[in-house]
Amino acid sequence: MPTFGLVDCNNFYAACERVFQPSLNGRPIVVLSNNDGCVVARSQEAKALGIKMGVPLFKIRDIVNRHEVVVRSSNYALYGDLSERVMSILAAAAPQHEIYSIDECFLDLERLPVKDLTAWCRDLRGRAKRWTGIPVSVGIGTTKTLSKIANKLAKTSAKADGVIDLAGHPEWIEMALTKTAVGDVWGIGFRWSKMLSERGITTALQLRNAQDGWIRQRMGVVGLRTVHELRGIACHELDTQPAPKKTTCCSRSFGQAITDKDQVRNAIVSFAERAAEKIRHSDQLCGSMQVFITTDPFDTAAPQHSASASTTFMSPTADSRAVVTAAVRIMERIWRDGYAWRKAGVLLLDLSSTQDVQPNLFTAQTNRSDGLMKAVDRINDRFGRGAVGLGLSAKNAEWRMRQDRLSPHFTTRWREIPRVRIDNVSSDHKTAPDPA
Amino acid sequence: MLRFSDQPSNLALVVYSSRVPAGFPSPADDHIEGKLDLNEHLIRHPAATFFARAMGESMKDAGIFDGDLLVVDRSLTAQAEDIVIAVLHGELTVKRLKKPNGAWVLTAENSVFPDIQITESGCDVWGVVTHSIRRHCER
Repeated sequence: MPTFGLVDCNNFYAACERVFQPSLNGRPIVVLSNNDGCVVARSQEAKALGIKMGVPLFKIRDIVNRHEVVVRSSNYALYGDLSERVMSILAAAAPQHEIYSIDECFLDLERLPVKDLTAWCRDLRGRAKRWTGIPVSVGIGTTKTLSKIANKLAKTSAKADGVIDLAGHPEWIEMALTKTAVGDVWGIGFRWSKMLSERGITTALQLRNAQDGWIRQRMGVVGLRTVHELRGIACHELDTQPAPKKTTCCSRSFGQAITDKDQVRNAIVSFAERAAEKIRHSDQLCGSMQVFITTDPFDTAAPQHSASASTTFMSPTADSRAVVTAAVRIMERIWRDGYAWRKAGVLLLDLSSTQDVQPNLFTAQTNRSDGLMKAVDRINDRFGRGAVGLGLSAKNAEWRMRQDRLSPHFTTRWREIPRVRIDNVSSDHKTAPDPA
Repeated sequence: MLRFSDQPSNLALVVYSSRVPAGFPSPADDHIEGKLDLNEHLIRHPAATFFARAMGESMKDAGIFDGDLLVVDRSLTAQAEDIVIAVLHGELTVKRLKKPNGAWVLTAENSVFPDIQITESGCDVWGVVTHSIRRHCER
């Protein structure tokens, strides 16, 4: 019988913020999106205050002040590092696994030589928490969809102690499905959820008991698969080797709308550099690229425009110089005066592995640029992103991302590692960056 | 990113299995054993190992001084006499863990500071300090 475990980190971003700042334990925390715009993550305490996902910060000012909510910019370097640590612990325990997102991982528990799965998962959970400081919950089911449901219940039930095994306890499934709202079932999005509840299907149990023909007609094969998974028929396998990415995007909303051409050019240069760095990290080359700029669709008073264009490289490349030159050329082509631009981006397309690129007349140039790009990446890894770049992208320009409430990069920058007091504890400069 | 032993570290020394006679054309070539990796020496559990900087008055009896780099392993269970990172009133602090009369105590290893009974509220061991690294040359 297939047995899936879903390990999910509890309120992951908020938990990461707490690892090196234990004074945040028990306090409500919200983490903001890029540009400090909207709430993208909340601690349990923040959820209890009624702060909703996606709400802009300015709309919750009152609650934030009244309850001294801790507000943080998203610190993806920190979250990424802690995620890698948690995943490596899970991978060591269950060799067959699928990292599903930054804070979720499916485990194949079927072939593990384990008698008591619940005890084994509790042990794993304890290890993840002790080793990394990140609390996780585990749901076990005979399908991925059921393991997701088990996980959600494991988070909310105090009795569960972080682990619920629906595979070992089929008699619990009915109750679990009754407690699960149809919109919380994996793969049931907002539209289907609305359609289903209009027809009286509000719980996962009702969805499970719906008729195949009706589901297929309303929700197609994809929906039918979800229903089968609720019945314990596994339709989704463990995907242990996710396909390499075929595209990479680097785009961002500007801190404020920009009308100046030079500033937009600077932003695009910087995005192109970053995108090229990303694909070099995964040993890929891009065959073509797209650049886009758009105005603010919510600013109905201002004239609206969005433009994009693409180009194909003569020979696949990951060289920042080639990518940046092409990006600037496209931007010059699509630029129009008189608009307040709100967002721009660079997409690298037709990605291929450096290994299986067919050599052509121009390949020799690629080899020569490798050394330079490696040196650039190494310097930026060591001294912080943007330490060196092409002589085009200006620092601290207006478009740069707003991140006023960033916690230190505790695990990825030497100058920002946590500081521990030797003498009696005092509250000052525990986390301030090292002036040295 | 600061990564651990899954990547080759920058510092590497070559070890030879036998002494090399001076002036002889490298009879050691066949005996190269690999490189010494400082990460391997300092970090046993990469997923659980963090770095921290010691700040303030020294723990001079333990040989830890202001500015030293601490290697902290969270996978180890703290025992008496370990140097630990403890959470004290929400702050990270470095102390020696002791159990003199059956009760856990945190000491500063510096007679200036009083011991702290671990029964105090909000006290918790964050990790065990496995190494401290001290810089002896500022160049």
